[in-house]
Amino acid sequence: MDPTTLLIDAVLVIFMFALVMQIAPLLLWIERKGSAVLQDRVGANRVSISDIPLFKGKLKKLPFNVGIVNTLIADPIKLFTKEDFIPPGADKLLHTLAPIVALVPALVTMMVIPFGDILIIGGREIELQAARLNVGILYVLAMVSLGVYGVVLAGWASNNRWALLGGIRASAQMISYEIAMGLALIGVVLTYGTLDLQEINRAQGGLILGGLPNWGIFYQPLAFLIFLTAGIAESKRAPFDLPEAEPELISGYFTEYSGAKQSIFMLVDFLESLIVAALITTLFFGGWQVPLLERDGLHFPWGGFMPLPHIVVVIIQVHAFIIKVLFFCWLQIMIRWTLPRFRYDQLMTLGWKILLPLALVNVMLTALVLLIAQNLKI
Amino acid sequence: MDLFTFIILAILLVGSAMAVVLHPSPVYSALSLVVMMSLLAVYFLFLNAHVVGALQIIVYAGAVMVLFLFVIMLLNLQTESRENQQSEMKTSATILCLVMVAELAFFLGKGGGKLELQTSQQELPAGFGTMQALSERLFTDFVLPFEITSVLLLVAAVGAVVLARRQA
Repeated sequence: MDPTTLLIDAVLVIFMFALVMQIAPLLLWIERKGSAVLQDRVGANRVSISDIPLFKGKLKKLPFNVGIVNTLIADPIKLFTKEDFIPPGADKLLHTLAPIVALVPALVTMMVIPFGDILIIGGREIELQAARLNVGILYVLAMVSLGVYGVVLAGWASNNRWALLGGIRASAQMISYEIAMGLALIGVVLTYGTLDLQEINRAQGGLILGGLPNWGIFYQPLAFLIFLTAGIAESKRAPFDLPEAEPELISGYFTEYSGAKQSIFMLVDFLESLIVAALITTLFFGGWQVPLLERDGLHFPWGGFMPLPHIVVVIIQVHAFIIKVLFFCWLQIMIRWTLPRFRYDQLMTLGWKILLPLALVNVMLTALVLLIAQNLKI
Repeated sequence: MDLFTFIILAILLVGSAMAVVLHPSPVYSALSLVVMMSLLAVYFLFLNAHVVGALQIIVYAGAVMVLFLFVIMLLNLQTESRENQQSEMKTSATILCLVMVAELAFFLGKGGGKLELQTSQQELPAGFGTMQALSERLFTDFVLPFEITSVLLLVAAVGAVVLARRQA
């Protein structure tokens, strides 16, 4: 591997990492404001900036909404300077290891998500994807399935009954919904005939039926609904937040965590919903594809053509990807604050008796349609 | 895979496999097994078998071991004290292990007495280890074993449901 390739790979990885780490705290703020909107409150909108000696007496009221300062600066400082407490009966090694075990799979999953088409710099073509894997979808499933260990270990190592119950609930829930999630993905894989996420993205360019963008949702609407539901369940957020159901289990698997470690679990929560949003964008909503936009410019259906410089096209594509991902993050937050929590038997019924058969039907239907289409062509 | 990587991975793999057997706490044993399964997946990745590596993690580390942990936690198994272990079992296990080591040594010695890592020298066919290559073999040359395995799994699944029904 020559140094230039290595440098490019490093830059891509750092770009993706920085992107993820910037969106995740922002999601916390969106969550606070979003919940406030749904509950008819104003939400985080002020910060006591006039108490800081530098600003004393000068600023009484800021002209813009400064609640975001609390979320992005004050909260992290508070969380990381708090006492880190390990309960006396806990397993010290696993208690410390659990947040890291939870964080790593969440971070590395994002690396296979393509965030743009090819970028050409100095004659060199760069795929805008941190890790180009032939088995992209399988890799995502593998990492998602490893994500459960952090939660289970946190629950067990805390030596607390509520935490243990949370951990057990999480493992049962995540295994159940992984199956529906995987089967929903099989429909997508059948449609595109590849496991490579970048190839799936490329196949979603252009228009169909005269005006609709050629996105996966129009081929696999059922798979989209199943994937969204199973994805929210996998990220353990309401209405599927039984592992941390606060009226029953205090805070579930991370009851005994404080300070920085607790904030890592919070971060993992947001990273997981970010992953779900990124996967939905990539598989069902064209990823970085923008309708009418191709590599050399805008192609209009009536034959019009507006050339755009290469770098502008790439910037538009990357931003389209980010905007789509943010939209699905927002959608998940809206779902979270709209629906009440399931009961445990309802959770299992939904996973095994509704989503699983639906996903199987989807696989059969997709295969049947593909078979008919193939035979008609020949 | 070069020899250095192989040795480092092998030490970790055998070490975690030993920990599965030797660690007194069931949770630590199960976790060592997870580490072992993941390291095995790393081996597959180094041998260009990407699909098998990913499946190894999805099936073993991601599903089977989570169920193991689930059962261990649900039954709240405690650390086993050394005195409870039966000495006959220990003796017979030691004898069986020695027999296996002797067998391995015999057959390895038959092959000329030296171990060679042949994977790096061999030319791999194009598309080796991809999903396409794997499924082509699976649905042409190995279609009968594949179908028999799927029937076997179906039987096991139906059996599990029947057993659960009877108790409920």
